[in-house]
Formats: sequence, C-alpha cells, structure tokens
Amino acid sequence: MAKARQQQTVSSRSGGTAWHARVAGDEHILEVDHLTISATATGRPVVTDVNLDLKAREILALVGESGSGKTTVGLSILGHIRSGLMHSGGTVTLYASHSEEPAEMMSLDDASRRHLLGTRVSYIPQDPALSLNPGIRVGKQIREVLDIHEYGSSDAERAERVRSVLREVGLPDDDAYQRRWPHQLSGGQQQRIGIAMAFAMYPDVIVLDEPTTGLDVTTQEQVLETIREMTVTNNVAGLYITHDLAVVSEIADRVAVMLRGEIVEIGPTDQVLRQPQHEYTRRLLAAVPDLAGRNQIGKLHKMDAQTTEFLTGEIAVLSEEETTRTAARRAVTSEGVALSVRDLSLAYGTTPVLRGVNLDIQAGECTLLLGQSGSGKTTLARSIAGLLGDYTGSVEYRGEALAKSTRHRTREQRGQIQYIFQSPFSSLNPRRTLGQSLRVPLEMSGELSASDQRARVRDALDAVQLGRQFYDRRPGDLSGGERQRAAIARALVNTPSVLVCDEITSALDVSVQASIISLLHTLQSERGLAMLFVTHNIALARHIASRVAVLNKGVIVDDGPVDDVLDHPTHEYTRELLANIPTL
Amino acid sequence: MPQTDGLSAQELMRSKDAGSERRSTVLTRFWSQRQAKVGVILTAIVVLFAFVGPFLLPWLTGYSATEFAARPFQSDGLFGTDNLGRDVWSRFLAGGLNLIIFSVLATLVGLVLGIAFGMTAAYAGGWLDSLIMRANDVLLAVPQLVVALLAVTVLGPQPWVLVIVIGVTHAPRIARVARSAALNVINEDYIRAAEMYAMPRARILAREIMPNITGPMAVEAGLRLTYSIGAIASLSFLGLGMQPPAADWGLMINENRIALSLEPAGVLLPVLAIALLTIGTNLIADSIAHASANTNAGGQ
Amino acid sequence: MIVRLILQRLAVSVVILLVVSMAIFFATLLLPGDPAQAILGQQATPERIAAIHEQMNLDEPAWKRYVLWLGGLLTGDLGVSAATSQPVSALIGDRVGASLFLMIAAAIIAIPVGILVGILAALRRGRATDTAITGVTLVLAALPEFVIGIALVSLFATVVFSVLPAVTMQPPGTQVWDFPAQLILPVLVLVLVVSPYIARMMRATMLEVLDSGYVEMARLKGVPERRVILRHALPHAIGPVAQVIAIQLAWMAGGVVVVEFLFRYPGLGQALIEAVNYRDVMVVVAITMIVAAVYVVVNLLADIIGILTNPKLRTGGGQ
Repeated sequence: MAKARQQQTVSSRSGGTAWHARVAGDEHILEVDHLTISATATGRPVVTDVNLDLKAREILALVGESGSGKTTVGLSILGHIRSGLMHSGGTVTLYASHSEEPAEMMSLDDASRRHLLGTRVSYIPQDPALSLNPGIRVGKQIREVLDIHEYGSSDAERAERVRSVLREVGLPDDDAYQRRWPHQLSGGQQQRIGIAMAFAMYPDVIVLDEPTTGLDVTTQEQVLETIREMTVTNNVAGLYITHDLAVVSEIADRVAVMLRGEIVEIGPTDQVLRQPQHEYTRRLLAAVPDLAGRNQIGKLHKMDAQTTEFLTGEIAVLSEEETTRTAARRAVTSEGVALSVRDLSLAYGTTPVLRGVNLDIQAGECTLLLGQSGSGKTTLARSIAGLLGDYTGSVEYRGEALAKSTRHRTREQRGQIQYIFQSPFSSLNPRRTLGQSLRVPLEMSGELSASDQRARVRDALDAVQLGRQFYDRRPGDLSGGERQRAAIARALVNTPSVLVCDEITSALDVSVQASIISLLHTLQSERGLAMLFVTHNIALARHIASRVAVLNKGVIVDDGPVDDVLDHPTHEYTRELLANIPTL
Repeated sequence: MPQTDGLSAQELMRSKDAGSERRSTVLTRFWSQRQAKVGVILTAIVVLFAFVGPFLLPWLTGYSATEFAARPFQSDGLFGTDNLGRDVWSRFLAGGLNLIIFSVLATLVGLVLGIAFGMTAAYAGGWLDSLIMRANDVLLAVPQLVVALLAVTVLGPQPWVLVIVIGVTHAPRIARVARSAALNVINEDYIRAAEMYAMPRARILAREIMPNITGPMAVEAGLRLTYSIGAIASLSFLGLGMQPPAADWGLMINENRIALSLEPAGVLLPVLAIALLTIGTNLIADSIAHASANTNAGGQ
Repeated sequence: MIVRLILQRLAVSVVILLVVSMAIFFATLLLPGDPAQAILGQQATPERIAAIHEQMNLDEPAWKRYVLWLGGLLTGDLGVSAATSQPVSALIGDRVGASLFLMIAAAIIAIPVGILVGILAALRRGRATDTAITGVTLVLAALPEFVIGIALVSLFATVVFSVLPAVTMQPPGTQVWDFPAQLILPVLVLVLVVSPYIARMMRATMLEVLDSGYVEMARLKGVPERRVILRHALPHAIGPVAQVIAIQLAWMAGGVVVVEFLFRYPGLGQALIEAVNYRDVMVVVAITMIVAAVYVVVNLLADIIGILTNPKLRTGGGQ
C-alpha cells in the first residue's frame, strides 16, 4: 500500500509516527471532539458540539447550506479561526506523520501550527481567483510551499516535485507554463494549481472547501476525478465541504449534514442519501433537483415564505388529481408561439457571443435554456427582453417584430414580456421599499390610478407567497429567497404573458431554490405564462420545463421536448454534458 | 397536510434577525462613535462663537471690532491689543462669521457642480464621460491655492471670487468621487431594471442613483468643508482674502504674528479656533465614512 | 504593450498642459486696464506705451498672443514683470531651485515616514498604536498648513522654546541650503502637512490587502508572517499609494506657497504672493505654468509606476 517516497525533513512516512500507529490499527487520524466556536462580540455559538472523525484514504463530505458553519469547521481543522470568532470548547486532534505525538490544533502555538499547515494538513479554497496571489507566478506559488517547509535536500528535488505534482493534477509541467500569472489561467486551471499546492508536501489530511463551485460541469467532473485520484494514491484523508448533494454521492465515502452549526446526521454516503434519518436531511434531499425528475420539486405542495416553525411539515408532492386539474387549465389558455427569435447574432467588439440563434418559445409552456458560462445565455435572454440593443436578427412577439430596446417598444409589449435578474441582492433598490420598487412598472405604463397600482402590487406580493405586509419592507431586511420573490412579484404586476427568468435560482441555497421553482410552477400553470428559464443546471429540466434548448458558444445545438433532449440528445455537446452531470 | 416551508437555515436566521438589524441605521452607527461626538462638540463650540460673537460683541467687551482701544500690543483688556491697538477679544469674536459662511457656500458650490458632473459622466459614459474626466484633469493640474491666487490677481480679493474659485476647484475632486460611487451603483441590476421599464433617464439619476451615493457624498461634503475652511483662512492669512480693516481670524493671525513672543493671544486665539473647527469637521467626516461603510449587501 | 500605454499617458499629459496654458492665458485677458500702463506706471508716455505694445505684441489678436507667449515659455522667455520691469525669468530663476529644494527635502522625509507609519498602523490594527496613529493623522490632516506652521513656530521659535529661527534670512549670493538651521521648520511643516494623507491611505490599502483571500491562503500554506507581509501583502499595497503620493506632491506645490510666506523663504511661493499683491500678471502666469508642469510630470510618473506594478497590464490582460 505505501508507495516508495522521498525522504522529507518534516514528514517521514517511514514509520514510527502517530500517523502510522493509527493507520496500522485502522483508527482515525483526525478527531474533532465537541468543537464549539462562538462569535467574540455576542458569545453566540456559530458551531456547536461538532464531532467528526476521519480515517486515512477516506473522504468525508460536510454538507450544509449557507450559514450552517461548515467552512468554520473546515478551517478549524487547520487550527485557523476567522476574526470575529473564537474557540470556546472542544478539541481537534491530528495524528500526523511528522511526530509520534498527536497535535491538538486548537491549542498549538503559532510556530508549531505553521509547520503543520501546508505539510500535514492542507486547504483548498473555494474561489481560486481570490486565493492565488495575482502578483506571483503560478510555478513560484507551488514552489513556495516546498521552500518554506524545506522539502527534500536540494534545489533540484524541489523543482522536480513541482513538476511532478503539476503532472498529477493534469497540468503542463514545463517552465513556460510555470511562469504564467494566475490571471492567464482559466478557472479550472487555477483550481488545479490550488490542488497542486495542497498536495505538494504529501499531506495527511486535506480540507476542500467547495472546490468546484463556479466551474462548468465538464471541468467540475475533471477536477473531481483529479481529487479522487490524488486522495487515493497519496493515502490522504479528505474533508469535502459542499452544498451540492449530487457531488457528494460521486466522491464521498461518508456524509455529515450540518444545520445552524450542528451536525444533525452522519453516516455512510449510501445510507444517508437513501435512508436519511433526520428531518432536515430528508427535506434537503427532497429539494435537490435530479436529472430523472423523480423529486418533482416543481410540483411541491404550496410552499409559503412565512416561517412558522422551521422543521414542521413535510414536503409533499401534489396529488394526481390536482396535477390533472392544473394541466387541464393550462390547455385552455393560449396556444401557439409566444416569442420567436430569428437569426440573432451579437458580438462584443470582435468576439462573437451569439451566432445566428433561432428559438421558439411556446405560449403557456416553459422552455429551459441551458448553457454553461460563456455560452451567451444571459446575452440571449437580455436581448429578448430588450435590455441589449445591438444585435442583428429579430425577435417577434405574437408575430409582431419587437424593437431591440425596451424604450422603443410599445407599452403593451413592455408589459407583456418581463425579465427577472439573477442576483436578488442587486435587482432591488436598497433605498426604496418593496412597494415603491414594485410600483415602478405600473407607474411607467401609466394605465392605473395610484390606488389601483397599490392594490395590484399587494396582489402580486400575495401571489408570490410573501404577503401584502411586505409592502413597506426594504430589501436590506430580507433574505435572498424573499428578495427573489419580490423580484418575481415585480415582474407580475403588469400581468405579462412571457416571463424570462435569467438564472434566478443560481445564487440561492438548494432548499430556497426548490421553493422558488415550486412557486414558478404554480404561477405558470395558474396564469398560463410562457417562460424562458435560463440556467446552467440541467438537472432542473424535468422539474420546471416542457421543452429544452441547449446553447453552446452562441449556437443552439439541441432543441426539443424535455424527454427527447434528455433521453436522446442529438448533439455531441449535450451528450457530453449529460454524461458528466453528477447524479444522486 | 401541515403547512410546509422551503426556507433554509439562512432564511430562517435572517427573518428572525431582521427586526433588530433594521434599527441600526447610518445615523445610529455615526453617533455611536466617540470621535463623532467629539467632532460635533468641537464644531458646535467654534460655530457658536463665530455666529453669536458678533452680536454679543458690544455687551461682552465694550469695544467694536475696529475701534482703537489702546496702544498696540498692550495687555489691556482680556487678551490684549493687536498690531493697531484694537482689542483682540473683540476682533476674535467678530472674526469667524465670514469664514464659516464663505466656507459653507464654497463647499455647496463644489458639491452641486461636482455631483452633477460626476453622476452625468458615470451614467452617460462614452465620449461625454471622457470629456468630463479630461476637463477634470485640466482643472486638477494646478493646486487649489495657486488657482485662487491667479483668480485674485485677475479679479481682485473679493468674497464672491473666493467662494466661486474654491467651489470650482473642489468640483473636480468631488466629481471624481461622485463618478466612482455612481459607477458602482450603475452596475447594479436595479438600474438595469429601471431602464428596462423605460424610466426617464433624469428620473433614474435623481431617484435611483443619487439616493444610493449619499454615503460617499456625505463624507466628501465633510472633507471639502474642512478644506474650504483651510483654504479661505489661508488666503486671508496671505492677505489675499478678507481685507483690512475687517476682523477675520486668518487676517488676525498674519497681522499679529510679528509680536508672537510678546502678545501671543492675538495669534493663538484665532489659530486655536481654526484648528478646533477643522479638526471637528474632519472628525465628523471620518465618522460618517465609518458609519456608511457597510450598507446594503445583505447575504452573499 | 507597456510602451504603448506609457506613450498614451505621455500624450495625454502634454495635451493637458496645453489646455491648462490656454486656460491660464485667457484668464489673464480678463484683467482690466492696459498691461503696458501697469508696467510703466509713472513713467508712462504715449511713445513708451506704444513701444511696450510693440515689444509685447499687445496689439495682436488674442490667439496670436497666446501662441507667441507659449513659444516664449518653451524657449525661456517668460515675459516682463510689471512690478520690476525686469524679465520674469531673471526674477524667478534661483527661486525655482530654492522651492524645489524645499519640496524635495520634504518629500524625501514625508514619503517613507508616511508609508512606514501607515503600514505600522495596519499591522497593529485595533491596538493602541493604531488608535494613536489614526488619531494623530486625522488631526494633522485637518489643519491648514499655516496653522501647523504657526503652531511649530510658537513651539520651537518663540513662545515655548526658542531654538529654531522663525524667519529665513539669506545674504545675497548664498544658497538656502547653506543655512540648514533655517530650513528645519519649513521642511518640518511641509512634512507634517503631507505625511498624514500618505499614512492614512497606506493604512487603508494595507488593511484591504491583509484581508484579501490570497493573504489568508498564504497563511494557510504555513508561510511565516514576515514573508506574508513582505512578499504577499506589500507589493499589492504599493501601486495605489503611488497615486496618492502624486496627489500629495501636487498639494505640496500649493502648500509651499503658504510655508514660504510664513517663513519669508525666498522661493517661488514668496515671489507668487508678491506678484499677486502687485497684480503682476506675467509673473503669476509663469509661476502657475511651472507648478502645473511639475504636477503633470509627477502624475505621469505615478501612472507609470501603476502600470509597471500591475501584472495584468504587463501581460495584456487575462483570458
């Protein structure tokens, strides 16, 4: 099992250390006991009584939504606590391969801890663009770890190690590549540099903090593969922090679920994902959109934004009877093509973004526009909505050609086609109340009196399950999900027939996403809306859409009913995408 | 079927905390800083002297600001006499009003011009933005004081000249800050939303952009006020602002400094007043900067 | 790539100087009265006035006078002073050196002091040292130059102690730097005027960098703190500071006027004040142009430093 290894001054894997003793006895090499971390200002615990163990070669996934405390736990394994927080209880014990004695990370002095960081325990951060020093060449940044921790006995050995670890992560190992600056690398390559830095000193434990967030599906798959391989061949124990349950099933041996600073469930991956014990785990699983569409998050029972008690109630799927009723209602509303895009092309300077896009959006149906970053999907959505004015080609609404910019469209057209932005934190004016912001479309169309406008806004707030009492609230007081509902309400006040949703759930937690999807589904079926749902997450397809269009590098490569495209994709790109999707 | 909710832990925590967070506004954050309180008190004291002084003068001292009380640089009266034998205390009480009024006016001129041009440059973009920024660079190429001296050479040391020149030289600096603050706002989606709903551009500027740059603008206002006071007092000190026989703190300092070792009060009183005033306004400006540092944002 | 950027900046600087010169020149046209009259004063006779008009091209159209004046500037002929009837260049010749000496001496002290103090405050964030530094810089930054000057004079030259001279007296034929004791207070005042801004900006930039993701990552890699600061943090804090330093040096060009007046220092600032008092337009204009030129040059240097320290610009942007 043990490969022949270099002799290192800091880590001698040749035996006699705490690590070897534990591995020989098949015991844990990392033990987190009753860890509690609180805010220094208020004393409120951020992480409460967390117990975790890791064995060599094992990957434990730490799952939670934002605010669950998972990053705080991950950093504490390195003995690192962010400012504003303090260690208020429990221990983190590492049986490392540098000495016979185990190391208690929380009580270690700075100098000793520094010797362990990067050598026995490493960290791979979430956003490589932020964690690579923009002013130091990438080869140098990897080499730095070796230099500080005095790897090997010669300059040549270190240079060779940099090259070998670059090869291991699948990057070129030549000098020219090592001399590049971080900004010259793609997101996936930057992330692999981060992985290389972490594995360079043959660590015992690695903490990976959402390392594939922000990467497109194919790159994500490659990076996951790399991580899997590196952990196995190097005998490393890994803590994989994530919010993505699908990724968990692909890479982790065990799973721990965190909620508000506590671990609510922990066990082997299969068991936790197939037979979850805790309420929260069950609800989380129910909220994950799966490719096969079995979860049906779009058809959840009416989900309210009001909170009563957090854990009561279960997510239930609409009964058969209700489903057929809504389907029947939908059939009564409009037929035909609501929006049609013909030969739309757009370039920023000399770079073409969209090349001759043809797309039909059917009335009363939802079309999923799928694209990875750089595909041009937001550009397409905005061109359709009239936010971008310099494209060639045409967009027609019910047969009438639309002016490129909303300012030149008729009032009727502006009202009928509505666009919702991706970021709920940016789409509402922080200085205005919801009521004021939501009245703007009505004020601009000028059809209703002031009191009618207010009434319409209140109705819209009710329709998105926020409630009319939110009229006087400001965005700063609201959560991401609540703000996004308000943004949807703003789109509804003019009673549109077409809704363009541009990645509106991408910035939200999984469970919030589920509730928004369910809301959209309800609205769509009640009002017979045509929807263009833009996203990079193909797993959402069966939950919200009846048609799928796949956009790759500015061209639509696949287009058709959901089942056709997902089960029998015609284009190479779609096939590859579907093959690389992590499935639960 | 019981009511279900799709809220995550994040949403739950936020809606429960919403009530308490709302109460922390910019004003409360401002006032909670000790330096803010010190700044307001210092400024208030000096402003009080400056505004009330001239009116209480006859009752308080018995002299006017320009009449001769005794021989020069004697120690008669509360703080002695100045270079022409006038009562220092009287001249001090009368010497701050003009300074403060003109400084405030100059700051206002600068703010109006600077914010208008800065916001327009940011929103219009393109050639208009470049034009305004280049014009800014030209205006900034010469230090404020030197421009003021040039203006005084050509137009004479009149108060309105001072106010306009100082205001106009503040404008490019304020415009820069206004432009960068406005650019941050313009990048936000709610501006795109306003344009999407075909809101008239003027209304977007006034109702959507401007309310969201008040933070940095308030800080600038405080800073510019500090510099205005400094500039106008400096010009009077150089003999190119308020002209004799007017009572003015800057002028007094220059007139009396020849006898600094004999009768320091004539110099040190107005120096102290100007010092406390500028320190006060600067503390206020800095406190505003700290207080408005974290607004909006919300979650990540 | 870099060369192109630098040439662009250079071109822009030249254009700015040109526009400034135009603005200044046309401002002078607003001056009421006849410049020839002002120069000759009592000795004005119709013939002499005509002669001056001839000499100074006062009968030409405005734009032509501007071009001639500009040409004169570039060849060293700065016009004739109305007060002394001497060529302006003679008047301000050695004064330029004196003022530059003052400014450079102040800059050499203020820039390192400001930077170091700012870094120190950032490294000791929240502690007593930081609070003290922040407080002192806030106070100093608020005070006008002459207030600082008077305070120092009171402190060291008259009221409290009497160790340093309050006024510069320079026998003709000598240079200012032959009497170092007289230079201490003026330089000290300028240093205290300028270094607080540099310190505050340095502190703010340094804090931002210390809070960045890559600095945290360096710490998590086990990099020793000293190396984190010197190798990972500082290089990113320097770039923005160059800009601030340029602005400060420009400010100093204005501040030096007050300081020279206060200490009767024989420099450009003193000359400027006298010229303003006599409404001696040509002198005022000439000095203003010199100051503008210095500012533009300093700004250009700061821009160049900014370009050189930004790897993104050096390699032509990322993917």
